[in-house]
Amino acid sequence: MKSVKKHSQTFGTGIFSLIFSILITFNLSAQGDVKAGKSLFNANCAACHKLNKKLVGPALGKISERRTLPWLKAWIRNNNALRASGDADAIAIYEAYNGSPMTAFPQLSDQDIVNLVAYMDADPVKKMATATAAQAPIEEPSKGSSAWISYLVTLILLSIILWIYFKSNNGFLKIVATIFLLFLIAYVGFSALFKVGVDEGYQPVQPIAFSHKIHAGDNKIDCQYCHSSAKHSKHSGIPSVNVCMNCHKNIAEVAEETATPEYSKAFYDNEIQKIYKAAGWDPENLQYTGETEPIKWVRIHNLPDFAYFNHAQHVTVGGVKCQKCHGPIEEMHEVYQHAPLTMGWCIDCHKETKVKMDGNGYYKNIHEELSKKYGVDKVTVAQMGGKECGKCHY
Amino acid sequence: MASNKTYWKSVEELDENSSIVSKLQEKEFVSDIQTGDFLGDKETLEDSQTSRRDFLKYVGFSTAAVSLAACEGPVVKSIPYVVQPDEIIPGVANHYATTLADGFDFANVLVKTREGRPILVMPNKLAHGSTNARAQASVLSLYDSLRLKGPKVNGNDTSWSDADAQIKSTLASLKAAGEKIVLLTGTLASPSTEKLIADFIRAYGNVQHIQYDAISETAALDAFEQVYGKRALPGYDFSKAQTIVSIGADFLGDWQGGGFEKSYTDGRKVSQGKMSRHIQFEANLSLTGANADKRVVLKPSVQVHALLNLYNAVTGEKLPSKATPKDAEIEKAAVQLKKAGSKAVVVTGIQDKNAQLIALALNQKLKSKVMDAATLRYTRQGNDAQVAQLLDEMNAGKVGALITYNTNPVYTLAESTALVDGMKKLKLSVAFASSEDETAIKAQFALPTPHYLESWGDVCMAEGAMSLMQPTINPLFDTKQFQDCLLSWTGNDISYYHYLKAFWKAEVLGGTSWNQALHDGIFVEKPKKSLKSKRIDAVVAARTLKSSVKEGPFELILYSSTALGDGQQANNPWLQELPDPITRASWDNYLTISQSDAAALGFSNPVQDNGAIDGDYANITVNGVVLEKVPVLIQPGQAKGTLGLALGYGKTKAMKKEMQVGVNAYALALDFSNVQIAGLSKTEGTHKFACEQLQHTIAGRYEILKETSFDAYQNEPATEWNAKPVVSLKHEEVEATTVDLWDDHDRSIGHHFNLSIDLTGCTGCGACVIACHAENNVPVVGKKEVRVGRDMHWLRIDRYYSSDLDTPSDERSKNVNSTSDVVADYHALEVPSENPQVAFQPVMCQHCNHAPCETVCPVAATTHGRQGQNQMTYNRCVGTRYCANNCPYRVRRFNWFKYNENSEFDFNMNDDYGKMVLNPDVAVRSRGVMEKCSFCIQSTQQVILNAKKEGRKVAPGEFNDACACSAACSTGALVFGDVNEEKDAIVALKEDKRAYRLLEAIGTDNNVVYQVKVRNTEEE
Repeated sequence: MKSVKKHSQTFGTGIFSLIFSILITFNLSAQGDVKAGKSLFNANCAACHKLNKKLVGPALGKISERRTLPWLKAWIRNNNALRASGDADAIAIYEAYNGSPMTAFPQLSDQDIVNLVAYMDADPVKKMATATAAQAPIEEPSKGSSAWISYLVTLILLSIILWIYFKSNNGFLKIVATIFLLFLIAYVGFSALFKVGVDEGYQPVQPIAFSHKIHAGDNKIDCQYCHSSAKHSKHSGIPSVNVCMNCHKNIAEVAEETATPEYSKAFYDNEIQKIYKAAGWDPENLQYTGETEPIKWVRIHNLPDFAYFNHAQHVTVGGVKCQKCHGPIEEMHEVYQHAPLTMGWCIDCHKETKVKMDGNGYYKNIHEELSKKYGVDKVTVAQMGGKECGKCHY
Repeated sequence: MASNKTYWKSVEELDENSSIVSKLQEKEFVSDIQTGDFLGDKETLEDSQTSRRDFLKYVGFSTAAVSLAACEGPVVKSIPYVVQPDEIIPGVANHYATTLADGFDFANVLVKTREGRPILVMPNKLAHGSTNARAQASVLSLYDSLRLKGPKVNGNDTSWSDADAQIKSTLASLKAAGEKIVLLTGTLASPSTEKLIADFIRAYGNVQHIQYDAISETAALDAFEQVYGKRALPGYDFSKAQTIVSIGADFLGDWQGGGFEKSYTDGRKVSQGKMSRHIQFEANLSLTGANADKRVVLKPSVQVHALLNLYNAVTGEKLPSKATPKDAEIEKAAVQLKKAGSKAVVVTGIQDKNAQLIALALNQKLKSKVMDAATLRYTRQGNDAQVAQLLDEMNAGKVGALITYNTNPVYTLAESTALVDGMKKLKLSVAFASSEDETAIKAQFALPTPHYLESWGDVCMAEGAMSLMQPTINPLFDTKQFQDCLLSWTGNDISYYHYLKAFWKAEVLGGTSWNQALHDGIFVEKPKKSLKSKRIDAVVAARTLKSSVKEGPFELILYSSTALGDGQQANNPWLQELPDPITRASWDNYLTISQSDAAALGFSNPVQDNGAIDGDYANITVNGVVLEKVPVLIQPGQAKGTLGLALGYGKTKAMKKEMQVGVNAYALALDFSNVQIAGLSKTEGTHKFACEQLQHTIAGRYEILKETSFDAYQNEPATEWNAKPVVSLKHEEVEATTVDLWDDHDRSIGHHFNLSIDLTGCTGCGACVIACHAENNVPVVGKKEVRVGRDMHWLRIDRYYSSDLDTPSDERSKNVNSTSDVVADYHALEVPSENPQVAFQPVMCQHCNHAPCETVCPVAATTHGRQGQNQMTYNRCVGTRYCANNCPYRVRRFNWFKYNENSEFDFNMNDDYGKMVLNPDVAVRSRGVMEKCSFCIQSTQQVILNAKKEGRKVAPGEFNDACACSAACSTGALVFGDVNEEKDAIVALKEDKRAYRLLEAIGTDNNVVYQVKVRNTEEE
């Protein structure tokens, strides 16, 4: 949904359009700049209005068929005054929308309003060919040549060993091959057992196909906008549905360009409907029904209960980026477990990472004393006691 | 070491013929452990069809199966809120100030909630609140699964609207007929509720409000009312006292509502050069008597004369009295009272109006500033006479309706059959109850009330401070507050919350902020003037008092136990498992008897080879009422010819099976009196006590307790009474702390935690033990397991008896190698168990810097942190128990079983509601691991993290509230802090001249510091 991006109008364009508007004030909307109007609309109006659909306020497509330009100017600049003047239309709209007043925009020039109206009157952009066609099966990503090489090496090794056992008469070679085989089995067995309970790459199917790529990657929403407890608490927190609704109250469908070869626009639009269901939002009447149902996400990063981890310690105090442990989350359509989350993995990082102490009053004295003690400029987490059992297990 | 005393934990140790104690000190179990139960005998083993091969096959198969099953991880769901409340951040605790007022316990508390669940109750220090063990445990009673979950009519479920409508119409018809409606409540001490009741009385006319306390203070209330014209109790500020004489008043227990421990210990801060002299005359060995400087053993009937003699001795008057065997002690006490003048106070627990009058008169004569007739207390307001009259009226059919609230009279009244009969004659009986208790079952309507943590309310415990009660959780069940019902019955359609707020705005706040008062939990009012007193006719009082004294072969004193109080929280497993501070027995009430009486009647307490204690049963008869099969426990310090029995036990309704222990002693409290003349006879059977007094033995190293006199503390060098232990190094005696096997770590950077425990300030109340349970998810193990020494208390409070000896300690210590030598010394003296001195010593993991446990762990599951904490890593522990074996302080606890989600241990961890109290920051340990005190590492780390997040240093003293035990300690005996922070109180305490460490000679370099116990031994 790239369209949600806020575009700020540059002053240059503003001045230009002001001069331009003086020249053509007598003309009607036909002379308005549709492009400038679109950016004005997105910046000021899109939070409450759509062209083809009722949102907080009425749909605004083909507005000049219903309202005159002078009336629109008066309404947009100060609808409160217009209502106070006893304008019947203005009062009717106000009442139709349950007495919620529209924000006044006194800063909009006449030309701005003309441009806006031009945009509203313009025909909607042509639709994409067909949404359903995009459901084509996607190609298996090829493993690449490296896989082939490893298969080849294994095959060669295997045939050598078979040859040694069945064709060769050299006893020494047989002993070497046996030892090699035993080591190989031990190695494979050990690493297989070591993987028990390590869920690196775990990528469960979620109840809603929420894409971190669209939100954090394309639209650059800050991680902590949704995971707001990460800076305060040990839990990063899964956003409650009302946080989704902060934006999705207005975004009922995705932009065409959001659709991927894998998932169509219709698919994503349907996923947004699932949020509405959970939040109890009636998109037709634009109100909450009160019938909510929580979303049952599948937890991906499962630390055992006996291991303590605190997000705030790492995010707020340590200034660690989310991606350090969670991987390229902004590229993930579906989130998977990036790190092994084993104790060795934690400890390795604690051994290497220098504690970020600058400007933190807590560390002031400790830092000086510790760096003197260890004779280093910066101390690692482990040197601060981040390797002690009891810091994470109690 | 230097004190001239010998310590003992059980009378068994004084018996020179008992081999069991010395063996117990050497071995964990005296006899071999019976393995036959689960291994079978040799013959059956040989007959077995399962060969060794088969066995290995099964083992192999099951190992493989388990490994395979473990490969697939479970799918874990994460379900966020739909709308997350603003004030909740998952993982961050919120705190709310509120007030506990259940009619028996009153406390200003601070409640910690996690994700909307209260999980910990602590004293509200802003309101100078103090909490006892029951206040600490009250959070678990919120999650009692046997609470009444919805309104009931005649035992059947009903809806609130139906119940309300029926009650309203019945009330209306009663009003029309002019019949009497009685509101029978516990002590409310709630000004807004009292106003509401007044509204109710105005609406229905013929209404009487009677307050009733299960454990009554009617005598004191009557006496005060007669003298000062107001039905209340005087305040006592013991911090101002120089001499305190208590005649049977357990003021460190529940006397007059309790809560005096803070002012008492404030008056005994030896480091500030002050220490009151406390003389206690009593029959049962109470918590107060245990803390007294001098304890004089007297029967209740003699206490009356002691009070009169004391009055005579102080005032020089000649009130009619009788000589007592302890008149010499009374004379001495009188001298000390007179010397202290206005800094003296006399309190008495004799439940007789005239005795209370004499005490008031004596305090007036002394011009005592300790007793305060301005700071009136409202924590007990029951009126026994009105209750007795109510019973008569009910049985005469003169009462139309009875509405009970905050009281359970069918359980607590001795005359409960009269009450039940009377209830049958009522047109309407309504019981507001938290569970379907004895009264709720007998009433037509059983209406569930919310727990105080779910309620609004206000409490005025003492004049000058109003406390607010606010909900900390949405009601768990379909409950409605008593006040809301009263509002609805009086036709008022506002909620009690609005009523309360309006009441406070109009009558309390005086224009200040409601939100501020709610935040603080308390609003301090202007001090009131003292009430004017009328003259007390001591002669008349004394004459009536003297004639009312009853004597008999045995005088039975019914008391409220530290753990259960009046018994309303009897279904709380934490409290059931809290060992009594004196007897160290849990899960029971029992008849305490003096040793000489026990010997005469043939009662004994044989000790089993695992340290468990058995007992005989007795039948007690009081005025024809018989209580059968009461276990008997021999209590050192019990007055000869007296018996003690705790109230609050023997409850059977709305109780889990395991919690239905003890006998109901209320049945013997005839005429609302706590002292009865009783008959006693031995009966069949052996009782198995769950008593810890001989368990966790520290191999007879009783020098871990040090005490001295206030005189010595002030005038003698510390080396005299707090001698540093010496060891021999190269044939020379050097201080033990200078010799070490280990190299020391540099702990000067960062934090280094120490805990100081002041043995003078510790009253033994047990609040820390419960706080530790709540904070650290310590499991409850049940009576059977406690009996065999498998209790899980991370923090125990050891109780030591001691007796003075004539031989100097140096001489004695040369000979003392075993208990029998010590015993030999006693024979020249009077029987030591008749009146021993008592000392309490809280013991938890000492967090030794050179910990013996750490070096023996084969898997390095217990290690040392640089902050001084001895860390226990449960997931690494394989359960060898070497550490426990090597711990000189016996503080490590082994998880013999899985205590959570196990129906064999049907306590709060096996209960969907009870589990809600668990602290999400602490792991719930499983079977087969060791556990012990962690110095609340989860909280110390939280304090550090908060400072880091805010980019500041940890404030001095901030760590004190991190440890549950030090945060819960009302008297400030436990202080926790960072010794590397110069301004922290712990720095001075660590270096105090009273400071010593346990078993310093063995060089474990503990991080727990004890402060020598000081007693004021000044005799005149």
